[in-house]
Amino acid sequence: MNRPRGVMGQLKRSGWLVGLAVAVVAVFLAPQLLDAFRLGLLAKYLCIAMVAVGIGLAWGQGGMLVLGQGLFFGLGGYMMAMHMKLDDAGPGGVPDFMNLYGNNMVPGWWEPFRSAGFTLAAIVLLPAMVAGLLGYAVFTRRVRGAYFAILSQALVAAFATWVESQQKTTGGFNGMTNFKGWFGFALNDPVNKQMLYYIAAFVLIAMVLIVRWLMRSRFGELLLAVRDQENRVRFLGYDPAWSKVIAYVVAAVFAAIGGALFVPIVGMINPKNVGVTPSILFLAGVVLGGRTTLLGPVLGTIAVRWAETGLSEAYPSIWQYFQGALFVLVIAFLAQGAASIGPGFKALWQRLRGSPRGAPPGGPAQAAGAAA
Amino acid sequence: MNPTNIPPDGARASLLDRTLDQAQPSEQDYLEVLDLTVDFDGFKAVDGVKLTVTPGDLRFLIGPNGAGKTTIIDALTGLVPAKGTAQFAGRDLLGLPPHRIVRLGVGRTFQTASVIEGLTTLQNLDVAAGLHRSAWSRFRRRRDVPEEVTEVLETIGLADLADVPAGILAHGQKQWLEIGMLLVQRAQVLLLDEPVAGMSAAEREQTGQLLMRIGRKRVVVVVEHDMEFLRSFADSVTVLHQGKVLAEGGVAEVQANPAVIEVYLGAPAPAAAEQAGTTSAAKATPAARVAKPASAALPTQAKPAGREG
Repeated sequence: MNRPRGVMGQLKRSGWLVGLAVAVVAVFLAPQLLDAFRLGLLAKYLCIAMVAVGIGLAWGQGGMLVLGQGLFFGLGGYMMAMHMKLDDAGPGGVPDFMNLYGNNMVPGWWEPFRSAGFTLAAIVLLPAMVAGLLGYAVFTRRVRGAYFAILSQALVAAFATWVESQQKTTGGFNGMTNFKGWFGFALNDPVNKQMLYYIAAFVLIAMVLIVRWLMRSRFGELLLAVRDQENRVRFLGYDPAWSKVIAYVVAAVFAAIGGALFVPIVGMINPKNVGVTPSILFLAGVVLGGRTTLLGPVLGTIAVRWAETGLSEAYPSIWQYFQGALFVLVIAFLAQGAASIGPGFKALWQRLRGSPRGAPPGGPAQAAGAAA
Repeated sequence: MNPTNIPPDGARASLLDRTLDQAQPSEQDYLEVLDLTVDFDGFKAVDGVKLTVTPGDLRFLIGPNGAGKTTIIDALTGLVPAKGTAQFAGRDLLGLPPHRIVRLGVGRTFQTASVIEGLTTLQNLDVAAGLHRSAWSRFRRRRDVPEEVTEVLETIGLADLADVPAGILAHGQKQWLEIGMLLVQRAQVLLLDEPVAGMSAAEREQTGQLLMRIGRKRVVVVVEHDMEFLRSFADSVTVLHQGKVLAEGGVAEVQANPAVIEVYLGAPAPAAAEQAGTTSAAKATPAARVAKPASAALPTQAKPAGREG
């Protein structure tokens, strides 16, 4: 009802289009400013940011502390890697590492991944099914909070351990590497590397738009209600488990797609990419950026990873202290993450001017979305 | 700020009545509770309660602390497991999860007003109304405010506060919002747990008027400690004591019941009045008036004129 009027109002209402335009310009600008190596790093961060966007939805909006997104990242990544290995080996061929560790036979459950269509479908559907079944089982039993976090982490630990133990079929500890092509594109060609960066960037933008849509829909309001007062929502006639399952499935699919794009961009996948530690680090950017905001997880993740790389190059032995200090600062002074700085100042400004205006519907999330 | 705009009758009233009548409960749809028992590890909080409430009969549940009033509501809404039977419109309520009970048309409010604090008043009502929407429509944005939400915002007097976070509403306003949420979720049975606790006299009066209006075609059960409020608005009263029904009937009838007087007053006359005063003082209700036998002589005349119509 308190819609801003006039030119500024127009700008505010269509702020997301402005934000989108800025993002697209930034996407096309990056290859001009960065060398091939840095662009590859940025593409890798974008894959991690896909996981972060999903965590923002599941945790920031839905209150589920997903500490095991490595499971879905790994499912997507390994399925993509399997297809690429089979593709490299040619029709009927055997991936190189099976030659090395195994009996030079392709296991039956690998065979369907020779098909590109099957692989792409499986990258989306398998994590969605796993998250759907798991979420349904867990959330209808009202497992939440720390118990859910521990459960999700135990699952990713089990997954990483299992992958590591199957050297003959997953590459074990070393995982899979030395990929040559990706759906027919040679991976050593710089043009194709740039194409992969563009794909990652636009997939990420699409994911942000999907989350924006979900957050602003009635589903988003319900999810927020479930996050804050789950038991109250039952007495409004909803089974809160379903809202949570949907958010969890979306987060899982985003993580899987991030994992699937990570493999051709980085050129490897192994248990160290999908285990407990990376699963926790996925949260780092989300925490620092602001988990309840739309863009916080994305910008936070890119910033954290970028700083990590920069600091580890400049101060190889002590860069982790910087990361730790940043965490302490954010949690102590900015519990809502860096994205809360803007709206926080805005609220302060309004209070100082003495104009009591209701918070915009949807809370800080939309303010951040519009501000972008 | 105040629901002073509850229209006595006329154009606005017809708008309101349309919302209130939307559920169109039939006369036969009543709440029937038989032999309801809630057992907390051997302690029977509710012990063989029988309760029948029909639409248009504004029922008050009273009783000393620990009598089992709130536990009955908890049992009927799936919050605590219970034995016995409880049916609304011939459908069993016991054993169902809370959200399924709501979908059968049985809604409740809570003693400590519990609205979704992070959402606005409007969003609270919209979420509550969303129960009847298709699952797919929930993935769309709310383009405009649903008619029933607008009407209920007027009804509960919070139209001006539609866009503020519900968390910053005053206590009384939260209670109204909760009642409004029951209206948009089209509850036909409203179980209200101390809806006027902590309200000012004017707010209590407004709430009572609202309940009478709502109660015409709905089953309304009110747990309340405020005896003045009860005398003003109750059609009938069920008195509970130690989990059992002690008495049931009209306000005057119940207030004259020796067993009720004994439970409330403990023993004959003055000393007991003080005792009752101290027990209910914690409830922040006009405790002094609760116990005085003299006030028992104030029956239904206190009701506003014309409500029988």
